Amino acid sequence: MSAASFSAAETQRSSAVVDFPSTSSCFDIEALSLAYEGKPALRDLTLRVPRHRVTAFIGPSGCGKSTLLRGLNRLHDLNDQVTRNGRIRLEGQDIHARDVDVAELRRRVGMVFQTPNPFPMSIYENVAYGVRLQGVKRKRELDEIVEWALQSAALWEEVKADLHASAWTLSGGQQQRLVIARTLAVRPDVLLLDEPASALDPISTLKIEELIRGLKSQLTLILVTHNMQQAARVSDYTAFLHAGELVEYAPTDTLFTNPRLRRTEDYITGRVG
Amino acid sequence: MNIPRLGGDGVWRWLSGACVALSLLAVVALLVLVVTRGLAHFWPADIEQLTLDDGQRIAGIARGSAAGEERYFTANRDLDGQVWRWVETQAIVTRETPPALLYAERRDWGSFIGRLTAVETPAGERLQGAEAERRLRRALAGDAEVATLYVRNVEGRELKVAFAQVASIAWPNRMDVGDKLAAWGHGVWRFLSEAPSDGNTAGGVWPAIFGTLLMVMLMSLVVTPFGVLAALYLNEVARQGPLTRLVRIAVRNLAGVPSIVYGVFGLGVFVYGLGGRLDSWFFAERLPSPTFGTGGLLWASLTLALLTLPVVIVATEEGLARVPVALREGSLALGATRFETLRRVVVPMALPSMLTGVILAVARAAGEVAPLMLVGVAKLAPEIPVDGEFPYLHLDSKFMHLGYHLFDLGFASRDTEAAMPLVFATATLLVLVIVVLNLTAIILRHHLRARHRALEHS
Ligand SMILES: Nc1ncnc2c1ncn2[C@@H]1O[C@H](COP(=O)(O)OP(=O)(O)O)[C@@H](O)[C@H]1O
Ligand SMILES: [Mg+2]
Repeated sequence: MSAASFSAAETQRSSAVVDFPSTSSCFDIEALSLAYEGKPALRDLTLRVPRHRVTAFIGPSGCGKSTLLRGLNRLHDLNDQVTRNGRIRLEGQDIHARDVDVAELRRRVGMVFQTPNPFPMSIYENVAYGVRLQGVKRKRELDEIVEWALQSAALWEEVKADLHASAWTLSGGQQQRLVIARTLAVRPDVLLLDEPASALDPISTLKIEELIRGLKSQLTLILVTHNMQQAARVSDYTAFLHAGELVEYAPTDTLFTNPRLRRTEDYITGRVG
Repeated sequence: MNIPRLGGDGVWRWLSGACVALSLLAVVALLVLVVTRGLAHFWPADIEQLTLDDGQRIAGIARGSAAGEERYFTANRDLDGQVWRWVETQAIVTRETPPALLYAERRDWGSFIGRLTAVETPAGERLQGAEAERRLRRALAGDAEVATLYVRNVEGRELKVAFAQVASIAWPNRMDVGDKLAAWGHGVWRFLSEAPSDGNTAGGVWPAIFGTLLMVMLMSLVVTPFGVLAALYLNEVARQGPLTRLVRIAVRNLAGVPSIVYGVFGLGVFVYGLGGRLDSWFFAERLPSPTFGTGGLLWASLTLALLTLPVVIVATEEGLARVPVALREGSLALGATRFETLRRVVVPMALPSMLTGVILAVARAAGEVAPLMLVGVAKLAPEIPVDGEFPYLHLDSKFMHLGYHLFDLGFASRDTEAAMPLVFATATLLVLVIVVLNLTAIILRHHLRARHRALEHS
């Protein structure tokens, strides 16, 4: 898989393919189109997201990055103005199949949003929230999971003194790491991050990036960012989206040093955006 | 649009400022009037004895003056046929406050002002003068027995009063401020804790307080679940579309329907419809006298619950709408179902709004009188609808209500003028209850806002 190389699919416009054995793909997106009230936001998107890697989605604002991400854990289900075509498979299984339990899918595909959204509860309760939903009740077990999750999110040292303080007393960066801890606590297979650092200061941003790099041994990460340096720093693969279409998808090094298409080059060098 | 500026912004500022000041003044004046008159009623004022230029003698309590005349409350309806006297100031020759004058509240015929001449014990022994007074005081304290009082008004007319008829006796002209304060406190306490007597013009308002609170409590027990569930359905379950919009508009307009219309609805649907049906099914043996087929506690509570339903729905919906989408999605993204999200995140956050809604509903219901007159309030129901007899809470019984009591005292009783001070006292109480309820709502809402601000700033 380390030998993943960009295999040209010159003829197919929006189905650039990153080449790795299909057994190691986490998400398999096939001809996905999505529209809000009939207005298309994603057009005929096909791509595979590798397991245990960091994949970045980049592209100008409004190009459909969030829309794509929210499609992966079926958050669009809540909005009945959304229409979808195409297929998404997670570990080979169609996530829109009838027998799929949406709540379980969302547990497996955790999501961190642009603005930190801790619940109005204590730090402890925030992390325990999803775990309790899984039916864990014993205090001991909860304590252990909470500590593990906070440690995984590199927040434990900062909050261990007062786990019962309100989550809203934390700084923005801490809140975002708390949200990551909360998500990790339910042991997801995938972590979707929608511009997780865009509302944070540079130091918090660095911490989050470090965290992302460290987490890929445990799970698959998909990172949406409008910050090219960030994508270059943390991701293994990068997909460039524009106006709802997948323009180019390649290993991050290749995409940033040797983009195949002029449009991609223009965007990453900042000539358009 | 061209608004004439009339010398610039200054004029408008002054004008609007003046309007605000005027409104505030009106509210404050209203409250001061009601509260001072209400509380003054229990103050044992001095009794003046006047001699007029035609030799007449009058004893009474000064209550205002106008155009060279003074008004005295002279009590003794049974002797004089009236309780108020207007006296020309010029005609007054002397004014005294003889310490022997007493003020007695009787259970019939209103109060009495005059002097004690003698008392008679149950054994038939007759005591005179200072001894009579000593015995009477001991009897009032419960240490001795007295059967009958012999009293005389200032003109010398004798009257016999059974001791059992006496609700209280005081000699205000002999009391110092401390005594008066104690008597005032005692009067207020009796007002709050006793049942009305003498055709509602004397005694206390306890059954009305109890009735109001009980009715309002039953009402909130009904309106809270219905209102909250309706709002949850409208906001969280129903598909948002033209139909939900229509329902929302209808609910908001329902809040504007005159309350008497709800009374009519309650009478038709609850009392005659439901109540009549219940009677023919379960209480047929008592017919034709109705059990539930007449106004009562249950129907009044249901009617007011209907009346206040929009308040609860609107407040709850506002609270639900203010729970950020980000938190809902955060919960869903952790594998919570919609119901779990509702239960663990949305409802707890909307709880203060729900409480605010319920309290506002309670405040509205506590002050509502018109619909109650159709569905179960009573002029006099000294027995409170809760007792030791199964089923303990008597939902079919009539009840008293502060608002209606106020109306009855002031406008439907035998001597509305004599009852005026009680009207003010009752109004004070009613205002107090409603102010407390509204304050609670405001404080709750403030806490809610503070919580949401905390979220926005983080
Ligand atoms: N809830 C929505 N309803 C309607 N249109 C939406 C909604 N969310 C996003 N869009 C539209 O879909 C397009 C893609 O949006 P988004 O995925 O948020 O872009 P990005 O995250 O790349 O900035 C935009 O044109 C946006 O206006
Ligand atoms: Mg976005």
